[in-house]
Amino acid sequence: MTGRGGAPPGAFGPRRLLAALPAALRKLGPRHMARNPVMFVVWTGAALTTVLALASPGFFAVAVAAWLWCTVLFANLAEAVAEGRGRAQAAALRRAKHETVARRLVPDGDGREEEVPGVRLRVGDLVVVEAGQTVPGDGEVVEGIASVDESAITGESAPVIRESGGDRSAATGGTRVLSDRIVVRITAKPGDSFLDRMIALVEGATRQKTPNEVALSILLAALTTVFLLAVTALQPAAAYSGGPQSVIVLVALLVCLIPTTIGALLSAIGIAGMDRLVRHNVLAVSGRAVEAAGDVDTLLLDKTGTITLGNRQATEFVPVPGVSEAELADAAQLASLADETPEGRSIVVLAKERHGLRAREEGQVTGAAFVPFSARTRMSGVDLDDGRMVRKGAAAAVITWVRETGGASLTEIGPLVDAISASGGTPLVVAACAPGQPARVLGVVRLKDIIKAGIRKRFAELRRMGIRTVMITGDNPATAAAIAHEAGVDHFLAEATPEDKMRLIRQEQADGRLVAMTGDGTNDAPALALADVGVAMNAGTNAAKEAGNMVDLDSNPTKLIEIVEIGKQLLITRGALTTFSLANDVAKYFAIIPAMFTGLHPGLRHLNVMGLHSPESAVLSAVVFNALVIVALIPLALRGVAYRPAGASRLLRRNLALYGVGGLITPFAGIKLIDLLISPLPGLGG
Amino acid sequence: MPDAGAGLLGIGALLLLLALAHVPLGNHLARVYTSERHLGAERLVYRIARVDPRADQRWTAYALSLLAFSAVSALLLYALLRLQGVLPLAQGHDGMHPSGAFNTAVAFVSNTDWQWYAGENTLGPLVQMAGLAVQNVLSAAVGLSVAVALIRGFTRSRTDRLGNFWVDLVRGTVRVLLPLAVLAAVVLAACGVVQNFHAAREITTLGGGTQALTGGPVASQEAVKLLGSNGGGYYGANSAHPYENPTPFSNFFQIFLLLLIPSALPRAFGRMTGSPRHGLAVLAAMGVLWAAGLAAVTAAEAAHGGQVPQAVGAATEGKEWRFGVWDSALFAASTTGTSTGATDARHDSFTPLGGGALLAAMLLGEVAPGGVGAGLYGMLVLAMLAVFLAGLMVGRTPEYLGKKLRPKEITLLALYVLVMPVTVLAGTGLALGFPEPRATLLAGPPHGLSEALYAFASAANNNGSAFAGLGADTVFWQTGLGLAMLIGRYLPMVVVLGLAGSLAGQQHTPTGTGTLPAHTPLFTGLLVTVTVVVAGLTFFPVLALGPLAEGLR
Repeated sequence: MTGRGGAPPGAFGPRRLLAALPAALRKLGPRHMARNPVMFVVWTGAALTTVLALASPGFFAVAVAAWLWCTVLFANLAEAVAEGRGRAQAAALRRAKHETVARRLVPDGDGREEEVPGVRLRVGDLVVVEAGQTVPGDGEVVEGIASVDESAITGESAPVIRESGGDRSAATGGTRVLSDRIVVRITAKPGDSFLDRMIALVEGATRQKTPNEVALSILLAALTTVFLLAVTALQPAAAYSGGPQSVIVLVALLVCLIPTTIGALLSAIGIAGMDRLVRHNVLAVSGRAVEAAGDVDTLLLDKTGTITLGNRQATEFVPVPGVSEAELADAAQLASLADETPEGRSIVVLAKERHGLRAREEGQVTGAAFVPFSARTRMSGVDLDDGRMVRKGAAAAVITWVRETGGASLTEIGPLVDAISASGGTPLVVAACAPGQPARVLGVVRLKDIIKAGIRKRFAELRRMGIRTVMITGDNPATAAAIAHEAGVDHFLAEATPEDKMRLIRQEQADGRLVAMTGDGTNDAPALALADVGVAMNAGTNAAKEAGNMVDLDSNPTKLIEIVEIGKQLLITRGALTTFSLANDVAKYFAIIPAMFTGLHPGLRHLNVMGLHSPESAVLSAVVFNALVIVALIPLALRGVAYRPAGASRLLRRNLALYGVGGLITPFAGIKLIDLLISPLPGLGG
Repeated sequence: MPDAGAGLLGIGALLLLLALAHVPLGNHLARVYTSERHLGAERLVYRIARVDPRADQRWTAYALSLLAFSAVSALLLYALLRLQGVLPLAQGHDGMHPSGAFNTAVAFVSNTDWQWYAGENTLGPLVQMAGLAVQNVLSAAVGLSVAVALIRGFTRSRTDRLGNFWVDLVRGTVRVLLPLAVLAAVVLAACGVVQNFHAAREITTLGGGTQALTGGPVASQEAVKLLGSNGGGYYGANSAHPYENPTPFSNFFQIFLLLLIPSALPRAFGRMTGSPRHGLAVLAAMGVLWAAGLAAVTAAEAAHGGQVPQAVGAATEGKEWRFGVWDSALFAASTTGTSTGATDARHDSFTPLGGGALLAAMLLGEVAPGGVGAGLYGMLVLAMLAVFLAGLMVGRTPEYLGKKLRPKEITLLALYVLVMPVTVLAGTGLALGFPEPRATLLAGPPHGLSEALYAFASAANNNGSAFAGLGADTVFWQTGLGLAMLIGRYLPMVVVLGLAGSLAGQQHTPTGTGTLPAHTPLFTGLLVTVTVVVAGLTFFPVLALGPLAEGLR
């Protein structure tokens, strides 16, 4: 679970294939084969030719029968290899799922505890977990705060904080509490926990076909029907022409024509797609969600944490006329000494850098009483024992405070504040008063959102992919517009409330667009449920995780962009291999049809453009190529077709050239090569 | 001997005329099917037929109305054919026997116009006019209505209504087919096509022998025969008969008529969907396929293969001297590409590869540019198939004109794509597999195989042209081809209407840079390739045993 992106080296090596062989052989039973109509036709053909080869043995008959079985086996191998990768991850997860004993609080027992096995817990039970113990099931922290090791789930070794209330209240079964004591209310039935679902997911046990996969299967079944009929109708036509064909040759032709390449790899592509997501530490509730990610038209991104770093930094002191910058810096630093927020720290640092003001430790300022920030006053500061008071905070709050002390309201402060807002900064007004005197405004500290490195480029890529980005922020429209411009998002929603967000999603969906978003808080849950792709942060609340259809174990909101790419890559891989598979048929016709009928109509030798050795070697070469191409494409099916963000036109041109034209040409070379290799064998005419 | 220069000039003039005509006619078609207004004559029809023209039908009601109308049409025509002997204007002809009447009724109602008989010595003017010509108009209007319903599937959003079949049928008849047919009939009559009620007249030929010449209301029937992609001639010789097609100019005009509506429909499609560029991409694909077919036929016929053609400079057997090789090839490629099936030369006499190219034009599914209505919906189905295959490769659920192709749509597309090949291959297989039909094939293999394949390809694609060379007047052919025409016409129609219903129910998805562009030359190329590959993969083996085996030396 620690591997991120890409597969471990040697993932597709021969050893991996060999290891999957027993599983592939087990899949040869008719019941398993019947699930895939294309491969079932091959299976039936292989059985038929085997009977015929046994009835009248000959090198050609036996070789065709053997290679048809190989074709079936290779298809099973692809699926087995894909499943094997998931199974290894599931085993690692199972180790975290060992039996735990839960300390359940007896209802109304005044804190009395009883020990019950973890599997007997019911939804609503309260359990106590202390340092060194394992959380017995999924739930919500209702009491206490603790550091928790969640590496079993996330692969991230740094402990995380889980506390009651707020957005970090989710506790996951199988994780270990490292310090302190928490009380957890169980919210999931045993067997239906996050860990259980994750195991089922990576094992592929709950895998259902996605809509596009279903659509493709239908098309492949229809093509198989057409070819079945074309080959069946060929026999009376051949008989009429005076050259009825052997059943073995007809079966070989049929197997070569039906889309075996994509039919064999289709389920492996689906499993590998989910697996790729897991490797990016994202869990999807269903494959449908992964596919929907590829279709997304609009991305809703929270500003903080996604587009900007979580904290703002002070970048400038802007004094009002008559106040020196150093004076403002000194006051601001003083007001921030006890301010442990990143913003406060950055003010202290900036004052030191710009004006050489050494940071005074809290203890150094004697007799100082610190006024902490509160949501009501919206400012913080310090009261010194000499009677001096310094405050910093939102403009309106500080100005009100100045008025209350009898100070004059300064008209100059308005334009300063507005200018900073308009440029995307957050203004922090600083005011101070000498003992017994009315307070006065000293100036403004500019706090700036720091746009994440490289995010602008990602948005440009998204635009090329045809995806609209909308930034969601609580900032005022002027600030939001400036940040949106700097980050390069297409639109923004300022002063957004959860209701605004819902309205935006509904509007986009009414216009026929698919919406993706991330969220972590409880109040994000309705929007996450409404969005077509809702990615919940693992660090978030259980409500959010239940509402979304994906969970990002890294709690990285930018991951959404990678999820979209994985979704697209999944579809592209399917389309590319389908195109390749169909394009292959052209060459196979040119190999087999002249082989079948040149004896009857000598003119058809002109169709033998590859100059194949003999009719038998031509048919066998096509069958062998058809089987080998499956093995050759297993790595591509598992890894996915290379995806670079680009518009649909460019992607189409590139992939058509690569897999359409490539699929047309490759088999001509491949069949000719195989023919050259096998033509010296005895029993192949010539 | 008409040379290549004259031939190319004729093709150039034809293309120029079609290019000039397709925009106004396409716009007119779009207006006809979107207008809110009912004409006085139309209101009268609705009142007599007790139809509420404001009723908006679900796809099922639309399909049932269409099937019911067609069934009643077929029964009426069947009765007319059987009872001819007791009706006026029979000119001494008896009624048809049951299997023949079944075959003919189905052939004309299904817009196929396969003719196992020769018109001049089987049918009198009453049946020709009140029976065949009427169905020539109505069956074309039915084809138009299905195409229009499919277009509404794209233009409408979140509704289960596709419009009103009766309104579409009446409008197609009153506002499109009848006015054009009247104009065309006047031009044809001016060219010398006959228009009278004369029964067979004995004349003495220049050589001193006698010949029976039958007159009839030919010009009127001729016009709609070509305009409605029907192809059923008044005479057995069809457009090779001098009364049907007297001069090189009338020949040229006939080719123009049979291409006129099919080549204007993509424009109507573009207008109605608000994206003329998409219509142009579809038209371009049709044009490329038509041009490729024409080039193949002309090359094969003018290439002097074989002893006799080398001696005379081209393959002239079975071709009218009035028209020559180039114009006959142009007529043949256009008639097989439009599912019309009218002929001004004997297709059986074309060179093996030339005949193979005509066969291939039909086996593409009649989309180059296809029959009236049927060509457009056939091509749109293929466009959706191309979008599905290529659309996955741009990493989105494939969508065409803002409508997603989900499992339901793909099921219907797959069903559509299956019907024609299954009918043709099963029919051909049966014909070659049983001794009775095999005995009716005049030539042995490989040409006999082409004859059987051509018959079923023509019937299942509602083309109606005959390779001839087989005795079609047997129960096997009349019943087998009758069934092939029915299946090939109505099963795809029902599937297309179902598809339209499913598309109309969908919310429209806005298109952007992330969606597959379906209006570029790249897409046209893709559409052509998919059309050729799908047909090629299905029919290559039988084509190899027929035309290719015969033509490759």
